[in-house]
Amino acid sequence: MTYEAVIGLEVHVQLKTRSKMFSRVGAGYGHPENTLTDPVVLALPGTLPVMNKEALDKIIMAGLMLGCEIAPECKWDRKNYFYPDLPKNYQISQYDQPLCRGGSVEIELPGPSRNVMGDHRRIPLTRIHLEEDVGKLNHAEGVSLVDFNRAGTPLMEIVSEPAIHSADEAFAYLTALKTIMIYGAISDCDMEKGQLRCDANISIRPAGAASLGTKVELKNLNSFSFVREGIASEVRRQVAVVEAGGTVVQETRDFDGQTGESKSLRSKEMAHDYRYFPDPDLMPVRVDEAWKSALRGHCPELPFDKQRRLQRDYGVPYTVTSVLVPDRELSDFFEEAARLCANAKAAANWIANDLLRELGAAKLPLAQSRVRPAHVAGLVKLVEAGAVLSNAAKEVFVDMFRTGEPPEEVVARRGLGANVGADELERWCADAVAANPKSAADFKAGKESAINAFKGPVMRAAKGRADPRRVDEILRRLLAR
Amino acid sequence: MSEDLCFSTISQLARLMETGALSAEELMRAVVARTKAVEPRVRAFNSYDEADALAQARASDERRARASRTGGRGLPLEGIPVGIKDVISVAGQPLTASSRMLEGFVSPYDATVTRRLKGAGAICWGRLNLDEFAMGSSTENSAFGPTSNPWDLERVPGGSSGGSAAAVAAGEAAAALGSDTGGSIRQPAALCNVVGIKPTYGRVSRFGLIAFASSLDQIGAFARCVGDAALVLGVIAGHDPRDSTSVDAPVPDYAGAASAFAKSGRRWRLGIAKEYFGEGLDPEVGAAVQAAIDVYRAQGCEIREVSLPHTKYAVGTYYIIATAECSSNLARYDGVRYGHRSAATTDALDLFFKSRAEGFGPEVKRRIILGTYVLSSGYYDAYYLRAQKVRTLIRRDFLDAFAHVDAILTPTSPTPAFRKGEKADPLAMYLNDIYTIGVNLAGLPGISVPCGFTRGGLPIGLQVIGQPFKEAELLAVAGAYESRCDWGRRRPRL
Repeated sequence: MTYEAVIGLEVHVQLKTRSKMFSRVGAGYGHPENTLTDPVVLALPGTLPVMNKEALDKIIMAGLMLGCEIAPECKWDRKNYFYPDLPKNYQISQYDQPLCRGGSVEIELPGPSRNVMGDHRRIPLTRIHLEEDVGKLNHAEGVSLVDFNRAGTPLMEIVSEPAIHSADEAFAYLTALKTIMIYGAISDCDMEKGQLRCDANISIRPAGAASLGTKVELKNLNSFSFVREGIASEVRRQVAVVEAGGTVVQETRDFDGQTGESKSLRSKEMAHDYRYFPDPDLMPVRVDEAWKSALRGHCPELPFDKQRRLQRDYGVPYTVTSVLVPDRELSDFFEEAARLCANAKAAANWIANDLLRELGAAKLPLAQSRVRPAHVAGLVKLVEAGAVLSNAAKEVFVDMFRTGEPPEEVVARRGLGANVGADELERWCADAVAANPKSAADFKAGKESAINAFKGPVMRAAKGRADPRRVDEILRRLLAR
Repeated sequence: MSEDLCFSTISQLARLMETGALSAEELMRAVVARTKAVEPRVRAFNSYDEADALAQARASDERRARASRTGGRGLPLEGIPVGIKDVISVAGQPLTASSRMLEGFVSPYDATVTRRLKGAGAICWGRLNLDEFAMGSSTENSAFGPTSNPWDLERVPGGSSGGSAAAVAAGEAAAALGSDTGGSIRQPAALCNVVGIKPTYGRVSRFGLIAFASSLDQIGAFARCVGDAALVLGVIAGHDPRDSTSVDAPVPDYAGAASAFAKSGRRWRLGIAKEYFGEGLDPEVGAAVQAAIDVYRAQGCEIREVSLPHTKYAVGTYYIIATAECSSNLARYDGVRYGHRSAATTDALDLFFKSRAEGFGPEVKRRIILGTYVLSSGYYDAYYLRAQKVRTLIRRDFLDAFAHVDAILTPTSPTPAFRKGEKADPLAMYLNDIYTIGVNLAGLPGISVPCGFTRGGLPIGLQVIGQPFKEAELLAVAGAYESRCDWGRRRPRL
């Protein structure tokens, strides 16, 4: 029998806000332990939460970008459980009235090869709600220490419908979601910093069946590759259980990325009773049309929409757009360069190849690149006009990347312009033919490739400033005599 | 002289200090001396810091001197010692909630009301005893021992703000702050012959108040007379961005508004609800309240019967909502970040269990268990959700009544002060709050004013219940009675 996996993902995304969800203290990563705290975060006696509007803006924006229905009112509930990383021993969250319902994430499945676009699908969402993050326990030599820097950071939980059917789809979903979050400046989604965390609910059923199997919750999928590996291994485990005549038990399992194995964390019977109830410290907040439409105005174009538009409007191929689009800044950089010159394809190639290569080698982010869109556009124009030849242009680019000088100045300083005189070129070609009578004879005898033997010496003489097409023309004319 | 100062009203003290006849330091010294003299018997304070209070008083005198040099106006509570219930945070002072759980804890920040008191020139004076975490009606649930009623040391002062009421009654503070979740200001005020006001929910910021039941808790004031209560309320009331449940509505000059009403000769329409005069009401208390009603009638006020039919559900509703919220609010006391931590624990769970088992007293545990139960899966709808619906009905009862009357008159407490240890049965203790609880459930303002004494010499209180955010009217109605029958001037023999 063949089986189909049914997977729903619960993704936690930390919002990129200046301060915490319910207090004025700053939010951030990598600060000394317990420095991003105040009486509210530490839940000192008598303290009260006050909602951070920026966090609400961000989740509403996320909801709008994902096509969710936004609740008319933001209501807060308490989720009660005891754990040393949870200062109040309850988490302020949203239970029965999530801020966003419905919506979907467009994903791209792997294509037949890297250069070919894969199929696109939409994974429907159940809900998105807002809550506060917990602190972090550090265990060391018989003691456990708790760092509350993360506690109270705005956290969004995005719950998908059980509509994902493979580890690859889950990976694609997470990739698409991350790209969208970064596009909207909603989160940086750095999994290493815990800004994006993923749990998976996994079940299997006979292929084609309509009913759902018993689900297992898989936790601690701490990286994109662990998500893929963890899900694949859990699906294999469940199939093996069923094929051996057993039944899958409802439980929570912990995935260990190092070993690739998972182990049972708790069974259904040990599930928490969170005793949710509306938080009496926080009044519901109305989300009116004016607020939503103001935020709608700040929503960027979605990545796949942008990709389709770049392909359609600029004729840039998939292989290039798939490099440019996942990075919003890079694709904006491209569009700016394309706007400044007529040849968008050429600009796209410079960016996707040369710029990314140089940035990678220098380990710089795009924001720190000295090459700006105008540099790329300028260089494209010089090449188009024949003022710089393509080999020389490569050198110009590397120089611009290093110095930040405009291409015209680099060309002038380095003498890289295509300024070889016609007479000179004619002479170099004639010299080359004269110096190599054997190849001349071969060519005349019909050996087409023999012409290449003359090009090297000519280009060397021209120091790369000669147009190869022009050289070819001259050589053929001379050899035809 | 010194003892007289300790029983003077704030306005009397302010006049003395304005004229230079009295300094804040002299006043504070008198209050300290009085406190030292009576505390062994009353035990209203969990702690007080004499040196700090005197330093605050000297700072007040300097401030007053500076202000008079520059011709500036004095602050409304300049130099007035105001006692603080030990659930309200004052930076650098202990904050214990009368619980072993917070024994030795010093709060690093000021509550909003504390900041406002300081801004108004008041001296934050001592930490006043209460029932542990404000859970109780007698102050017997304090982990540090009970407070005695200054009118009869064998009896309780009421609760939970028993220390606040006793301190004002015994002349140990000019006024005091308390908190009121189900009657915790009004009932002890009644039992100790002082004025106690619980403002509308949202009128005063709760930031810095240790939460018992967040949707019911409200900070209010104890004072020697209605005018003083108005003065203190005017200082502490107002919107606070640190408390989302505080309401952004202008704060009137309560004292001024109340006296303007008095001058206007307004004839109030006052409601009497039969549900508040039924079984369990002590005949002497009932008679004193009837006499008070007659005083209003004699002033030309219109007395009307009103009906509050859901009153009988108030206690049950209250003990579901209050315990549910407290079970969650008190979860933070776990021994991890501050407060009592059990000495020998094996792991985190064990640390929670033992620290809480050792840190909390029996009444607090009882309510946490009850609250945990009513919120648990499968019971939420039957208890918590239903209680919220009944709460709405109770509020509607009051609002319907207010279509016909300006305020409602009731006894504050069904009985005068009872003996320590007399109410060992928790339910009997809970029933002490039957007349005050509805006001919290409905979020209304209420005030208790002294309205007489039993033959045995125990104080009796009259409760006036007002409309939301109409504290000025409420104070005016209370003041109208006080102007005829100033029971509050009597001093206990200590």
